[in-house]
Amino acid sequence: MRERNRFHRLTVTGAVAASIAFVAAACGGSSGSSSTGGSSPSAAGGLGQPPTATMAPPTSVGAGEGQLNIVAWEGYAQPQWVRPFEQQTGCQVNAKYAGSSNEMVSLMSNGGGGQYDLVSASGDADLRLIYGGDVRPVNVNLIPSWNDFLDFMKSPAWNTINGVHYGVSYEFGPNTLIYSTKTFSSPPTSWAVIYDPTYSGQVTVPNNPIQIADAALYLSKKTPSLGITDPYELTQPQFDATVNLLKQQRPLIKKYWDLASQEISLFKNGDVTVGAGWSYQTNTLKADGAPIDETVPQEGATGWADTWMMATKAPHPNCAYKWMQWVTTPTVQAQQALYFGEAPANSQACAEMDKMQKGGCAEWHADNPEAYFQSISFWKTPLATCDNGKNECVPYQDWVNAWTQVTS
Amino acid sequence: MAAGVAVEARPQPRGARVSAALWKRAWLRASLVLTPPLAWFLVIYIASLVVLLVTAFWQINPLTTQIVHTWTLDNFRQILTSSTYRGIILRTVGMAAAVTATDVIVAIPFGYFMARVATPRMRSALFVLVLLPLWASYIARVYAWILILNHDGVLNWTLLKVGLPRANIGYTNIAMWIVFCYVWLPFMIIPVYAAFERVPHSFVEASLDLGAKSWRTTRRVLLPLALPGIVAGSIFTFSLTLGDYITPILVGGAGSTFIGNVIYDNVGVAQNLPFAAAMAFVPIVIMAVYLLIARAMGAFEAL
Repeated sequence: MRERNRFHRLTVTGAVAASIAFVAAACGGSSGSSSTGGSSPSAAGGLGQPPTATMAPPTSVGAGEGQLNIVAWEGYAQPQWVRPFEQQTGCQVNAKYAGSSNEMVSLMSNGGGGQYDLVSASGDADLRLIYGGDVRPVNVNLIPSWNDFLDFMKSPAWNTINGVHYGVSYEFGPNTLIYSTKTFSSPPTSWAVIYDPTYSGQVTVPNNPIQIADAALYLSKKTPSLGITDPYELTQPQFDATVNLLKQQRPLIKKYWDLASQEISLFKNGDVTVGAGWSYQTNTLKADGAPIDETVPQEGATGWADTWMMATKAPHPNCAYKWMQWVTTPTVQAQQALYFGEAPANSQACAEMDKMQKGGCAEWHADNPEAYFQSISFWKTPLATCDNGKNECVPYQDWVNAWTQVTS
Repeated sequence: MAAGVAVEARPQPRGARVSAALWKRAWLRASLVLTPPLAWFLVIYIASLVVLLVTAFWQINPLTTQIVHTWTLDNFRQILTSSTYRGIILRTVGMAAAVTATDVIVAIPFGYFMARVATPRMRSALFVLVLLPLWASYIARVYAWILILNHDGVLNWTLLKVGLPRANIGYTNIAMWIVFCYVWLPFMIIPVYAAFERVPHSFVEASLDLGAKSWRTTRRVLLPLALPGIVAGSIFTFSLTLGDYITPILVGGAGSTFIGNVIYDNVGVAQNLPFAAAMAFVPIVIMAVYLLIARAMGAFEAL
């Protein structure tokens, strides 16, 4: 669903395709000159302290400023929970929808530019925002529902560094294996099917460099001798083996999809029978009566976990805290989970989900979140420095280059 | 006489005084007319190009994707030395050439018919038919082709009905070629038609009088005189294909990345603006060369 917006952007920019590059380049030039410069770490060395680590968060929430500007995924600022918030707090919510993690990073550059207060960033954007100095520490003691969070959503590595919280967790979900029930009488048990020549010309995967992690996750189980423990932390030999697998997969691919709507029509029109995607596509296809279902195979899945993060130069910090308090309540968590098709961070949301929709809690795995969470390898930014501190992992820029080589 | 005095005494309206002042100073008139478009051109177009050029020599911090202002030729080196990017450039240029050639082949008989055979009534009808697709959104027309070419689409449905096997051309470079030829065809037909129409009828008659058969007249008289129009049309089809990135996203399959997609991905996905800027120079250079050749062939007189 987040990709729908990207599609909209695409159509708008289509008419001025060439000029976009110029304008973007011009914008890049100006934003670059005001970058945090010396404080940003080079990927070659250790990451050190985030630039905003010493910024003291507030100890109490004052009166609202009357306005709140948020950068969000489409579907994250729905009237059913924004209206009551505005009435209760007097904070007028102005949502700017972003189409991709990278657009979020770009909108939040220079600490939100003194314009934006909050961003609903996914794990692959979080570290970039934190180490770019674009977001600042948040005092979770001011967020009452934080205590009800699932343990693994309280201080996850993607938004908490050295015990400092750079936001509050929101919701999470997996990237699933989508298949045609006509081709597969029983759910495939392994991701191997999307690398299997049997289905040549019938496979689709997202056109996204982070997809390399999906292949790495599969290899970590298929070829244990490679020693892949984290699909986002790959040494050069591990990375090369993964890219090699993707090169072998390439002839089987009908299309690398850019938009969720593309994958939906690929399945609907019978162009593909198996592929990687999100629950959103499956739900849409099922609602349409298409013979499609999804599964999370034995190797597990990659996925996203979103965090509300606060801009370094947030102009409305009190309204921002009020928003974080509001959207972490069980009711809003449940509304969001059901609307988007994902699992809530708040453990109390399960009961609310069942109240709103029969079986809603189980449908989105909020009844067994721990196991569900463990089955997902969450998107995070690949860094040159591995978890063990050694500087031997392949950084994101190389992922982008390799992905271009594989898919082009 | 008295009336004449009264007229002279009446104060001139302000507008008349301004226009009188302008009439006396031609340079002022010219600069007033030209300043807005010239300022637009300098600020928006030239300045953007300069920023683009400068950005291409910078780099980004791989983690935060903020621009690092150190001068480097790495972006250009990567484009020129990587077989991936060479392949993408060749594919894009090859597709642009194939689309242009196809559109020329389709447009010449069509333009000839419109200009020299059709009755005025029919010519208007053909004009409308050629231009009508341009009234619909480009995206809508590309999506229409997806519906035709996909696995369960109109094409395969028809083939199966007449007992032929499916043509699996959905999401391939062949599909892209068909769609490009279709969407850019009007931009070729119009200048070709105009070029044919401009050839004086007396030239054709003279050729026939001198004993040339109709094929020879076409080859030796009509086509050479229409060539500038054909080249002018090819500028459109070639540059539009060269710069496109939406059709590859929507219609292309695996292995249909264009120069435009590399730029789009580096701006929107990787946030590597310097590399995108360097890549943007490839089509600019290609088009500069193309335009120089086109000018030598007289295309600019035909526009």
